[in-house]
Amino acid sequence: MTQQPKETPDGNPEAYREWLATRPSHTFPKSVLAEIYRAADDGLYEIRGFGAKRRITTFDDLLFLGASMSRYPLEGYRERCDTNVVIGTRFAKKPIELKIPITFAGMSFGALGTHAKEALGRAATELGTTTTTGDGGMTDEERRSSKTLVYQVLPSRYGLNPDDLRRCDAIEVVVGQGAKPGGGGMLLGQKINARVAKMRTLPEGIDQRSACRHPDWTGPDDLEIKINELREITDWEKPIYIKIGATRVKYDVQLAVKSGADAIVLDGMQGGTAATQDVFIEHVGIPTLPAVRIAVEALQEMDMHRKVQLIVSGGIRSGADVAKALALGADVCSIGTAALIALGCNKPMYLEDYHKLGTEPGSCHHCHTGRCPVGVTTQIPEYEQRLSADQGARWLRNYVTTMLLELQTIARACGKNHVHNLEPEDMVALTVEAAAMAGVPLAGTSWIPGRG
Amino acid sequence: MNEVDLATTKVHELNAALHGVTATAGERSWNVLNPRGHHSIAAGLNAPLSVLVKGHVGYYCGGMNKEADVTITGNAGPGVGENIMSGLIRVKGNASQYAGASGHGGTLVIEGDAASRCGISMKGVDIVVGGNVGHMSAFMAQAGNLIVCGDAGHHLGDSIYEAHLFVRGSIDSLGADCIEKELRSEHIDVLERLLQIAGIKAQAKDFRRYGSARKLYNFHIDHAHSY
Ligand code: SF4
Repeated sequence: MTQQPKETPDGNPEAYREWLATRPSHTFPKSVLAEIYRAADDGLYEIRGFGAKRRITTFDDLLFLGASMSRYPLEGYRERCDTNVVIGTRFAKKPIELKIPITFAGMSFGALGTHAKEALGRAATELGTTTTTGDGGMTDEERRSSKTLVYQVLPSRYGLNPDDLRRCDAIEVVVGQGAKPGGGGMLLGQKINARVAKMRTLPEGIDQRSACRHPDWTGPDDLEIKINELREITDWEKPIYIKIGATRVKYDVQLAVKSGADAIVLDGMQGGTAATQDVFIEHVGIPTLPAVRIAVEALQEMDMHRKVQLIVSGGIRSGADVAKALALGADVCSIGTAALIALGCNKPMYLEDYHKLGTEPGSCHHCHTGRCPVGVTTQIPEYEQRLSADQGARWLRNYVTTMLLELQTIARACGKNHVHNLEPEDMVALTVEAAAMAGVPLAGTSWIPGRG
Repeated sequence: MNEVDLATTKVHELNAALHGVTATAGERSWNVLNPRGHHSIAAGLNAPLSVLVKGHVGYYCGGMNKEADVTITGNAGPGVGENIMSGLIRVKGNASQYAGASGHGGTLVIEGDAASRCGISMKGVDIVVGGNVGHMSAFMAQAGNLIVCGDAGHHLGDSIYEAHLFVRGSIDSLGADCIEKELRSEHIDVLERLLQIAGIKAQAKDFRRYGSARKLYNFHIDHAHSY
């Protein structure tokens, strides 16, 4: 975004004079000027969907070493490379078993339309994995279409219902979200239609700001008692996850363990949102890559790695991303934005509707408007019918199965018969930053910045 | 009548037994002895039971209650009756903070005082407090009625949506977007009905009503100081 000032011309006084007269400011480049004019005109911060757009260090800056002489690879056709994961082995009477280490992240009905929700549920069922409710409660359609459903307990408590707690398969207490750690959800008036308003006990058409803190507990000591209550209500059957946005990861992970979590959902700053202040999305929280490493170390320090499962989300796009997160020690990866993209988000079709939103395919972040051109994050029938649940489920299944094959390809190449056997030692970093964040050596060296 | 002594029985055993009672089968009437500040007593009840807890309870007693009638003879810790759906919870003593938080329905009666954030995020529950309520009560309250027979602390009804607040005594201050509103006959009816359920003798006409000015419903920069 930021425009670099032109380089100083030397030797030519004319050119130098012209440069002096026209050089842009590094502090106030055109994009910054435009944002100030916009804020002065509108008197409102930019609220948008999607996740962080700024450039940050990602899993792209890591590479696998693969097997060669000192270790041998596994045959793609003949030799097993398992992918199953059990979540909730610590306290739950009924842990859940995933066939694959990829789940669908929490996304609310309200933010998403019914077709998108149903597609996620059906795809998760066919893939042997889970999908997750969101702010605003559980719909019957969602429960019916998902064999294994994770039910979020959020600060807003919209639609929170003990019957839904009893009929879900796992409970996710949401403390924070990567896109906005420390902030509550927003759903702008245009998306609060009659059904959404009723589910949330709110007047139709208001600009809804969800609470950022739970109403009946503050701090980890209270949370431990809260989790105990949720277990009492559900007779200790269900795994209970705690979801945190990546910030002070070490302390948050250790406090989540102390609070009695069966699993921790760690959402990095690339994690998406349906509507949040741009300043929040771009300036609060840390990237997924360092967050995973810190979380795994925090768990290992307590001897809780693999005992409290770590579910990582925020900018996961491919089997390679999953493989790298697992190699750093995560148990599962969760996808949100990438799943919406598989459903058609930002796809180049219905161009005139992208243009009506003032955007184009590839740059759209207009989920907050409720006028999603491809029918994913909308409740408007005309748009919603552009996505059929059948087609959506098919796309998701294809996409996630592809990711899984990619993941197994890498794991076999590294000689692993279970994807959880991938380890940091299998990787090197391309940049000094990634080496420091992931705690693996810079490629071609034995140097891990920060470790002597 | 079944009697459970928490000096010898674990809370989860009590709750599991209470959850085993259905609308058609099982003992309806239970006494709980020696609660001694334990947490989550009688949480998640899901049938028309009648539970008498003899003593003081810790956090979240009667949490997410459906249909049951729970009475606590002593004081209640934080979050009594949190997210209550239906039925009745009665605290004969005082209640700590966040009483009735996010309650969706049913009735919560606190015969003594309630601490801060009573009725926070309430979504349809009716709460009657015989004494005073602390600061930030009915914060972000969405629906239902909060009746305070004594005084209210600072910032009552801050960022309130469509809940109705009734206070008989003084109020230290109203929160953002909360204003006094006219007490009409339909409100008198609500007050009389709920005061009667609570068994509190008070005159409905002595209460004043407060609710949302609805100025914060849609964002406007000139109200930014109120958010
Ligand atoms: S295409 Fe739809 S889902 Fe994707 S960013 Fe735009 S509005 Fe959101």
